[in-house]
Amino acid sequence: MNSPLLDRADVRVKHADGLAGSVRAFVDRVRSGDLGALPVLVGLVLIWGVFTSLNPVFMSPDNLVNLLFDCSTVGVISLGIVCVLMVGQIDLSVGSMSGFASAMVGMLWVNQDWPLLPAIAAALAVGAAVGALYAVLLNRLGMPSFVATLSGLLAILGLQLYVLGTSGSINLPYGSAMVTFGQQTVIAAGIAHLLALAPGAAMLAIGLRTRARRAAARLSAASVGGIAARAVVVTVLLEAIVAYLNRGRGVPLMFGVFLALAVAMDYALTRTRWGRSMNAVGGNREAARRAGIAVDRIYLSAFMLCATLAALGGVLSAARLASASQQAGTGDVNLNAIAAAVIGGTSLFGGRGSAYSAVLGVIVIQSIASGLTLLNLSSSLRFMITGAVLAIAVIVDSLARQSRVSHGRA
Amino acid sequence: MANDFPNRAAPGRPVLSLRGVSKNFGAVSALTDIELDVHAGEVVALVGDNGAGKSTLVKLLAGVHQPTAGTITFDGRPVTLANPAAALDLGIATVFQDLALCENLDVVANIFLGRELSPLRLDEVAMEVRAWTLLNELSARIPSVRDVVASLSGGQRQTVAIARSLLLDPKLIMLDEPTAALGVAQTAEVLNLIERVRDRGHAVIMISHNMEDVRAVADRIVVLRLGRNNGVFLPDSSNQELVAAITGATENAVSRRAGRRQSDQAVQEAP
Repeated sequence: MNSPLLDRADVRVKHADGLAGSVRAFVDRVRSGDLGALPVLVGLVLIWGVFTSLNPVFMSPDNLVNLLFDCSTVGVISLGIVCVLMVGQIDLSVGSMSGFASAMVGMLWVNQDWPLLPAIAAALAVGAAVGALYAVLLNRLGMPSFVATLSGLLAILGLQLYVLGTSGSINLPYGSAMVTFGQQTVIAAGIAHLLALAPGAAMLAIGLRTRARRAAARLSAASVGGIAARAVVVTVLLEAIVAYLNRGRGVPLMFGVFLALAVAMDYALTRTRWGRSMNAVGGNREAARRAGIAVDRIYLSAFMLCATLAALGGVLSAARLASASQQAGTGDVNLNAIAAAVIGGTSLFGGRGSAYSAVLGVIVIQSIASGLTLLNLSSSLRFMITGAVLAIAVIVDSLARQSRVSHGRA
Repeated sequence: MANDFPNRAAPGRPVLSLRGVSKNFGAVSALTDIELDVHAGEVVALVGDNGAGKSTLVKLLAGVHQPTAGTITFDGRPVTLANPAAALDLGIATVFQDLALCENLDVVANIFLGRELSPLRLDEVAMEVRAWTLLNELSARIPSVRDVVASLSGGQRQTVAIARSLLLDPKLIMLDEPTAALGVAQTAEVLNLIERVRDRGHAVIMISHNMEDVRAVADRIVVLRLGRNNGVFLPDSSNQELVAAITGATENAVSRRAGRRQSDQAVQEAP
């Protein structure tokens, strides 16, 4: 090569070349505190190991399938929480919102004989409206989202109780498409295997295309070996998981929907101008404003998306429980959704996070819940242990952040 | 005082004219009745003591603050700069003193913030190439544009902020203390760059405390004092005159110090 690549002109910088270089760069990154998803994965392996040793049923395919059904409802809510945490805000009313959405679907669909889809659409629209209200309170009146959504938590819970009236709960008809979807529908085994090929194939295709474009632009590019290795590892892992789950009932369609939402959210957050703006507003609001970003609109989109996803999560949990009750969305739903995002690695302080943190975090939380239920332990212990895990997650994040600062990483 | 230059023709049409611009923060008048003209192909240095209102003026023009009174004419049309986006859309780019970078984003993302290529499917390769081109024009020493800004030194951040302001090929570029954090070579590069920008027919407003830099590139030196215009100078005016205008007195700390150090020379008379 005659002239150095455009981004390799500086001799002071070490660059990772080839597979070994990638591994070394990864180790360096972890040592400097840029842990990514590593602590969650380690934690997950530990949790699964402990519960399996205490009760082998835990790792049985059928229990894991159930676990994934449970993950999907809170996970969707948690995706919305990732959005508001990204911009450095919070929505404490997601639990109430999900409960109210399930009550709305119950009332409109079962009691008022609306068709199912318009009833769900109405619930989602109410979610969007509530999110828009929080954004207006923040943008126009400067009301901190913490307080706005705390009052929203109470007000929406009131609405939920009002809608459900004296009966206190509405049963959704068994055998209806919605309840079947929430409790039974799995992706057919063959299709699940095919779908599990998709991420690896996409990684390979996108990786090779980017590599070609970067090479054409005289930028350094990842090695073919590295791209292929990553794609193969992901594919083998996913195929193994699908094969294992297929020994039970199979991969829940609801979990597939949740994953699809997470992928879409990840794309939006990392590959679009909107996502860049979300990151920028969370990282430095004033800098984002001076760069010409309409900060108000970013807040509006984040809150609307969060409340809408909370409503969707409520609809899914109504389908899962086949009822809309006064208990829906109360208790630990709220905090589980927020804790899942934080445990997964989304910062409470904004500007750092990923859609996949909701996926990982919710699997951790539901694993603990499922494991303790299998051990016949009371919910008192479940709360204590989940609390401890959340504390550990935040401590790990906080220590890693200090390390990142001292190693010159954000 | 050298307030007007009958022999000196304006280098181009006025890009920016301020008439009677004032800004109050509560009871404090940060700026009062400011008049300022900037022409295409001209570098105007804005100098003044701390608290003279230089940065406030820049923030008004960048759309960060709104003026309390007065008119701003840009490119022959009266404009209101309601927010930073409006200023950027008109072609006013600003390098702020506090740089206003997002530490959690990498260099490319910061340079293109709010102006990303293909918004629905970010073109990272094209953005990275453009980022390197801009940085190389500035002779920047940035190890990697994929590192987050938090890992860069002050000078490197300054270069990133300047590169960002050049991205949109603005009509007017404002630099608030552009060389304060830079090394010797980079300062020279930034000064070269300011001249290149001027020669391309853009207007430049530069704030600096460094009289050497100011004299090196400025076509006119506008002095602010306590939020008011306090004279316009040519770069060949004496240090004495400039310091007098900046501090508001011919007898001042700087002149007394000079007088002490050169006790054999008489302190120059006030004009």
